[in-house]
Amino acid sequence: MTQLWAVLRKDLLIEWRARAHGVALVSFAITLLLLFSFAVGPNANVLRAHASAYLWMGLVLTSSLQLARSFQVETESNALDTLVLAPVSPPALFYGKALSNTLQLFGVGLVSLPAVIALYDVEVKEPAGLLLLTLILGALGLAAPGTLYAGLTARLAARQLMLPLLLFPLVVPCLLAAVKATTLILQGDPMDQIGSWLTLLACFDALYWSLCGVLFGKVIDA
Amino acid sequence: MRWELPLTALGLLLLVVGHGIGLFVAPPEAMMGDVGRILYAHVPTAWVALVAYLAAFVAAVGSLWSGRFTWDAAVAATVEVGVVLNGLLLAQGSIWARPTWGVYWTWDPRLTTTAVMFVMFVGVLLLRSLVEVAERRLTVTAVAGIVAFANVPVVYFSVKWWRTLHQDFSSPETVSSPMVTPLRIAAFGMLFVAIGIAVMRWRAIYAAVQRETESPALPDMPAPLKLPEVP
Repeated sequence: MTQLWAVLRKDLLIEWRARAHGVALVSFAITLLLLFSFAVGPNANVLRAHASAYLWMGLVLTSSLQLARSFQVETESNALDTLVLAPVSPPALFYGKALSNTLQLFGVGLVSLPAVIALYDVEVKEPAGLLLLTLILGALGLAAPGTLYAGLTARLAARQLMLPLLLFPLVVPCLLAAVKATTLILQGDPMDQIGSWLTLLACFDALYWSLCGVLFGKVIDA
Repeated sequence: MRWELPLTALGLLLLVVGHGIGLFVAPPEAMMGDVGRILYAHVPTAWVALVAYLAAFVAAVGSLWSGRFTWDAAVAATVEVGVVLNGLLLAQGSIWARPTWGVYWTWDPRLTTTAVMFVMFVGVLLLRSLVEVAERRLTVTAVAGIVAFANVPVVYFSVKWWRTLHQDFSSPETVSSPMVTPLRIAAFGMLFVAIGIAVMRWRAIYAAVQRETESPALPDMPAPLKLPEVP
């Protein structure tokens, strides 16, 4: 547990010191949101109906850049070997990094949310706390397989391409559930379906947070 | 012993026989007519593709567990066969869906899962081809293969919740018996061909990995000079 906090603290500290990168990441997410509206056209009703899809597509696309970075710092300075040699257990390393990625993705989502509400003129019909819960569960779902695949592709020359190629098909269930839940929260939920979509999201998170934690030891050993 | 060659030949023969009966002897399907005859190609492809992925998953667990290259070659061979069958499956499905449903593609759970499965396993093969160190490649292939396989049921159920349209599963009770026989023959034919090709690929990949990992043999040393004996 102490090791996990140490890794989490280290990663967040690096990101804090390189704040410019975080700002660039958020700007990228907002730019995507703008682009979606240009691509779809200025029909306010269509934009409003698909607002949650744009929010999550923005987050998924941004996540591939953010996740690639979580190992880039270490591979660039050859610190990955040192980190593996340090007395840190692989699960602690994985969960520390995955938590740090979750928090960063959640941060990007938190900034994108007001932009979505303003740009696409949506109102939140269900309690806003549910929206935050969906964001957290979605960020958890992207971060666990994302961290594993970032570690898997960290030493590849083509990692910028391979990470999204592997990650995007994998997170289809996560994206589906997150978009559905967000749509219901934004547009109202007369049939009371939010709970089942959030449960699906939570199950996805539980599966990948355990499976990737087990497999990560093998990935980092080699 | 290269038993995979006769097995593949037997499989091809069974495919010809199964499709022959399916095309010329079996009755046309009640609702779809002759279009329904794609069943004899489509259903075996689907079954055998899933068998190939299941074999890949088992091999990936074995490969990660043992760290041996024969398992690693088995993962690569079965994923390759699975991806080819998966691609065929998508093509056949589109060909059948156009006259039957009126569209090439719908967002039905099984279709969507098949497409997602295809890109995931193509990703595994691409990732494998990019890693140069053999030991690292073993780990990377096995981990990506296990995660991809674990995701298949998750994708299926999430999309099933999302929407549904595909026909329900058929069982021997719901398919009339003149159609079951050619279907079974074609399915075994497809299975034998797939096993035969997978074994061929397995041998080839394993040989390539072995050539790569063993150190190059030293050239033969010239025979030492015979010195004249000192009298």
